[in-house]
Amino acid sequence: MVANLGYGSLIIAFLVSIYGAGAAFYGARKNLPSLVDSARNAMLLTFPLLTVTALSIVYLLVNAHYEFPFVDEVISNSMPFYLRITALWGGQAGSLIFWSWLMSAFAAAVTLRKWNRDREFLPWVILVSLVTLAFFLILSIFVENPFVRLWQSPIGNITTSVLQPSGTTLYIPSNGNGMNPLLRHLGMIIHPPMLYLGFVSFVIPYAFAMAALITGRTDDRWIRLTRRWTLVAWLFLSLGLILGARWAYDVLGWGGFWNWDPVETASLMPWLTGTAFLHSVMIQEKRGMLKQWNMVLIILTYDLVIFGTFLTRSGVLSSVHAFAQSAIGPLFFAFIGLTFVASLSLLSRRWNDLRSDAEMTSIYSREGLFLGNNLLFIAVFIFCFWGVIFPVLTEALGIIGQKIPALAGIFNGQKITVGPNFYNSTTVYGFAGLALLMGITPVSAWRNSTAKTVGKSLIIPFALSLLIIPVLLLGGMRSIPAMIGFWICTFTIIVTVNEFWRAARARHRAQKENLLLAFWHLASKNRRRYGGYIIHLGAILMGLGIIGYYFFQTETQGTIPQGGQISLGQYTVTFDSLSVFNTSDNRNVARAVISAYKNGQFVGELYPRRDYYNESQQTVTIPGVRSTLEDDLYIILADWQPLSTTGATFKVYHNPLINWLWIGGFVFIIGMLWAAWPVKELEMVALQNSVPIQKQAG
Amino acid sequence: MLKKNLLAVFLALFFGLLFTGVVIAQQPTPSDDEVNAIAKQLYCPVCENIPLDVCPTTACAQWRELIRQKLADGWSEQTIKDYFVQQYGARVLGSPPAKGLNWLIYLVPPIAILAGVYVLYHAYRSWKRPSRAEESAPSNSLSDRDANQDEYIKRLENEVRKR
Repeated sequence: MVANLGYGSLIIAFLVSIYGAGAAFYGARKNLPSLVDSARNAMLLTFPLLTVTALSIVYLLVNAHYEFPFVDEVISNSMPFYLRITALWGGQAGSLIFWSWLMSAFAAAVTLRKWNRDREFLPWVILVSLVTLAFFLILSIFVENPFVRLWQSPIGNITTSVLQPSGTTLYIPSNGNGMNPLLRHLGMIIHPPMLYLGFVSFVIPYAFAMAALITGRTDDRWIRLTRRWTLVAWLFLSLGLILGARWAYDVLGWGGFWNWDPVETASLMPWLTGTAFLHSVMIQEKRGMLKQWNMVLIILTYDLVIFGTFLTRSGVLSSVHAFAQSAIGPLFFAFIGLTFVASLSLLSRRWNDLRSDAEMTSIYSREGLFLGNNLLFIAVFIFCFWGVIFPVLTEALGIIGQKIPALAGIFNGQKITVGPNFYNSTTVYGFAGLALLMGITPVSAWRNSTAKTVGKSLIIPFALSLLIIPVLLLGGMRSIPAMIGFWICTFTIIVTVNEFWRAARARHRAQKENLLLAFWHLASKNRRRYGGYIIHLGAILMGLGIIGYYFFQTETQGTIPQGGQISLGQYTVTFDSLSVFNTSDNRNVARAVISAYKNGQFVGELYPRRDYYNESQQTVTIPGVRSTLEDDLYIILADWQPLSTTGATFKVYHNPLINWLWIGGFVFIIGMLWAAWPVKELEMVALQNSVPIQKQAG
Repeated sequence: MLKKNLLAVFLALFFGLLFTGVVIAQQPTPSDDEVNAIAKQLYCPVCENIPLDVCPTTACAQWRELIRQKLADGWSEQTIKDYFVQQYGARVLGSPPAKGLNWLIYLVPPIAILAGVYVLYHAYRSWKRPSRAEESAPSNSLSDRDANQDEYIKRLENEVRKR
């Protein structure tokens, strides 16, 4: 009954989406406002419909309806209530429904805004949003349907179908496989929704961009309308990435947080182009420049969002053959191709209308430096994209070698791996350049800055930041790349903090407020600027953690008897005991007790363990971690002797400064919340009018 | 005499074997860290995108033991890596070997970025040509630009006074 209700809602939501898209298109072309209003209502209606669908799936999961293969795959009898709810996005079919539900929520939110001033955008925003939604609903209905049931024929054959095939009875397994144990972690529970929210919310600025291209209203109105959407999208995407990194650190058991796995890289790519977009729209707002480029960036970001979902859902990463065999892969591929080509053809139609209103007068101006920032983001993106796509491409090109034997040596179709070495060695320059630009750009002004003015403002922070080098040398550091990294971080922190200080002091003098109050008022009244600076500070703090990890991580492994020791740098760990026991949720746990000593001083007990999930027959390695601002001692129980439990193999990592990565992540999120926090429209307008800096200079 | 010779041969064989055994026994077993230093550079041939040194599967544990055995046999790091490539294909290497089509992975991104820089440079040059109106505008004079920074605080103070 509940399943039928959910399935019915899904079908109706799909039909309503198709109707809404068609009505919006026809209403706009024939100038029929009533039809556009009807399309608007249709878009609004998709949300309650898909809410019913999503809730019905949650009901099936919570009540363990194993007759549905989707439930069977992600639920087991031993899984607690909260995990059964999060299992909605734990499998393919559920995650697609979840994607659609979030999309409909955002589409409904857009529908509810006041459209009086931007009426001409409305039908096209509806069209783009509902076409995107309809595509995902097609996948859910025709390819990955969560409402498919298991049926058993009289001779025992099991088939799957939504409706009951004749002569069969419903087959209900007594238990399911359960969710992948790696996903049963707080970070993983929150990480996918955040990432999906980020993905989905980028559809809205894209929809407005397309509306601007179609209607020919190519001023910066679409950017102003979607400014908060873009920030929110970026907030969620960033949060998703940070939580993903934390999950990897806590659960994957390899002592790190980012391994340039293609799935990770696929979610980073829209973040890179989205961040470039977030900066370059400011050039359009302030200077009327880069209109074409902003369109390119938002089209790229939208298609990378779909591409990211495609990479993770199509099986193309494991094998080109798996992709070819799945129905979902080619559909995604076709949708990405169609939207990309359609968007670019719309852009080419308006190319001349999107020419810049102004000219760039100096490369040291804020817009010039933002352009440098865009170049670096795109450079990093190119390396990421090529690194992800190249193995797929070489494998696919094997078909040429099969057809033309003379070329078989080159196009051998052999699968290759592009690992962290490639990404680390190429993207490091881009990220270092971006960190440096964060330190330079705040002192430059729109339009008029020169090398001399920028240099003059930076000379003192530069001189001060150089003091870090002798400090590092005295501390025993000899790695030149690490010293350059720490210097960039110091320089950028000094410049950013100084920007806060200068502005707060100016207000303190003008308004006779105390410095803290002055700072608060200043940051409250220009949220984007100061939110941005807080984000930069967060990014730099994260940079400290990344430098510490990449340049100074050490590790060792050893098999030791009970009472034995392993030493790594200043640390010594002693293997005290190991216990193996079963838990009520059907896990077999091997848990070691380790005493950690730093320079001979006892610093605490750690409990690395290995959980074996009997139902899914999978192992999860949970490290024992001692975490301080200075470093992490990270211990993994790699192996043990099951009979005697008196000897065990441990892998010990020393991760310097890694906590700054998470602290920086918090600061980053605070900055994003600060920047994205709703401000009254009137206040925003007043704010914009009150900063005519270049006009004053003239 | 025969007995004497047999005894000598027996003793020679015995001490010979003993000596060989001692030599073999003295060859140290490669440590976990030595094994992991190589395993880190290799990817699990079965699992997706997991380096061999941290892969928890039994198959990977056996492959790590194979590395240990090869090291004990005196194989070099490169020979062991070559052996794995021969057995399981180039996908076991973390970085694709720079040969054949693989050159493209290293060449295409820098070329694309350089092309981007070239386009940007030309775009920048075209943007930079100032219009006549702006050429005559006093805001572009050098002295004004230099004064920008000194003006900064004043502007900021004016700005905050307005609020």
